[in-house]
Amino acid sequence: MTRETVKTDLIDIIKPYLPEEVMNNEVSEENHLINDLMINSAHIVDIVLDIEDKFDIMIDDDVIGEMNTVNDSINVVLQKTA
Amino acid sequence: MEKHRVVITGLGIVASNAIGLDNYEEALRKGKSGIKHWEELDKINLKCQIGGVPELSSINLGDHLPRLLAEKLTNKGVLYAMLSGVEAWRDAGLEPNTDTTDYDSGMIFGAGDLSFDSFINRDFPAYPIDNGQSRRLGSRTISECMNSGGAAYLNSVLGLGNRIQSNSSACITGSEAVLMGYEYLSQGKAKRMLCGSTEGDGRYIWAAFDAMRVLCSNSNENPSFGSRPMSDSSSGFVPSGGSGALVLETLESAKSRGAKIYGEILGGHVNSGGQRNGGTMTAANPEAVVDCIKRAISIAGIDSSEIDLINGHLTSTKGDPAEIRNWVTALGRSGEDFPLINTPKSMIGHAVAGAGSVELVASVLQLKKDFVHPNLNVENIHPEILSEIFGGCIPTTCLEREVNTIIKANFGFGDLNCALVLRKYKEV
Repeated sequence: MTRETVKTDLIDIIKPYLPEEVMNNEVSEENHLINDLMINSAHIVDIVLDIEDKFDIMIDDDVIGEMNTVNDSINVVLQKTA
Repeated sequence: MEKHRVVITGLGIVASNAIGLDNYEEALRKGKSGIKHWEELDKINLKCQIGGVPELSSINLGDHLPRLLAEKLTNKGVLYAMLSGVEAWRDAGLEPNTDTTDYDSGMIFGAGDLSFDSFINRDFPAYPIDNGQSRRLGSRTISECMNSGGAAYLNSVLGLGNRIQSNSSACITGSEAVLMGYEYLSQGKAKRMLCGSTEGDGRYIWAAFDAMRVLCSNSNENPSFGSRPMSDSSSGFVPSGGSGALVLETLESAKSRGAKIYGEILGGHVNSGGQRNGGTMTAANPEAVVDCIKRAISIAGIDSSEIDLINGHLTSTKGDPAEIRNWVTALGRSGEDFPLINTPKSMIGHAVAGAGSVELVASVLQLKKDFVHPNLNVENIHPEILSEIFGGCIPTTCLEREVNTIIKANFGFGDLNCALVLRKYKEV
């Protein structure tokens, strides 16, 4: 799995959770999920579940705490699927 | 204390035979059945394999709801509440509050038990908790399961800031929500209240009704014939899902903004038979039903002779003849003097906690548009009913006629009764 395909899949997962005011913005790797993309923090657990289903991986709670940016999240997926 | 007059200024509907007001009016006039056979019920050995399921696939959820909710919510009871509630709000000429909170408007929106259907459409089994997988419940399980979930999600769209309440009173939930909204407004505590109720659908909700042997099990081959209130062969109710919503508003508020007025709520009453004197968990104490109807009429300040149309509860069970007897006693009208009587249940089945509101929307449409919708499947009226009232009081075709006063009642598990009197709006 290339970094680019993971990124594309991740953004597809994240998109539905974006508030209306940022939904049309380009999502970049540097974006912070909560601070930049303004995702409701309660929805992070749903995004994690969607990622687990998509990539058939398991993400522990302490790892969730490290998934601050899109880039962090891509790295977590790449590590788990390596 | 001055009592405020309360009028209806908006309606919204999700029913098994139609989604949206115009479709619902057409379906009611034509006598369109929303009852179908469902393979999934056959597969799990339910005796009743028919039911009414609103066709969400006929609309684009994203056109009506915020994108995240349209894409992610799975609880149909919650979705139906949001669709009917938003439609009613817009139908009243109001827009969702985007940045502010509207402290003059509130909501009473009830449900039966939203948790029953919350797990049906998930892609994981219903028991992640016992499998040690509770983390897979995610962030929405509580908010979709809680009985106030319909109201809570609906208000995430509307931004209302007065009382937000979710009642739960079995089959009277919807009419009780409207009665409570009426009483609250008549006391002047808000300018408008969005009132309604909702019920999801599917095997998790219906299986336990099936186990009680209260559902229709002899029409699996002929679904649209299953729900036949007042018939000599009524054999159980046909379950369905749906939600109705009504915007109630003080007359002053409605007039000040030039809102269209569907009709006026004159009054109503809610009571219980105490599960005594023939009343049980599932059967109504007839004395209490009569008391409820009589008090509703008295509070409304009308005479029973003024009633043009009864919108009954009439579930298509053995209880229908008893309900007719109670109406005859309460109104003091029988034979040819009995008012016209109908119920949408022959078309849409019994939407349980959604029933009261879904049926009230039908009542208000008939009041505003001067028609009486037909009852299906009642070619052979139950003989005990014919011994009380003239058969012509049960229309089987759509009648175009002036309708000025309607009484609507629902009766529910727990021996609960609720009756409301509606009148065509007139200046004085």
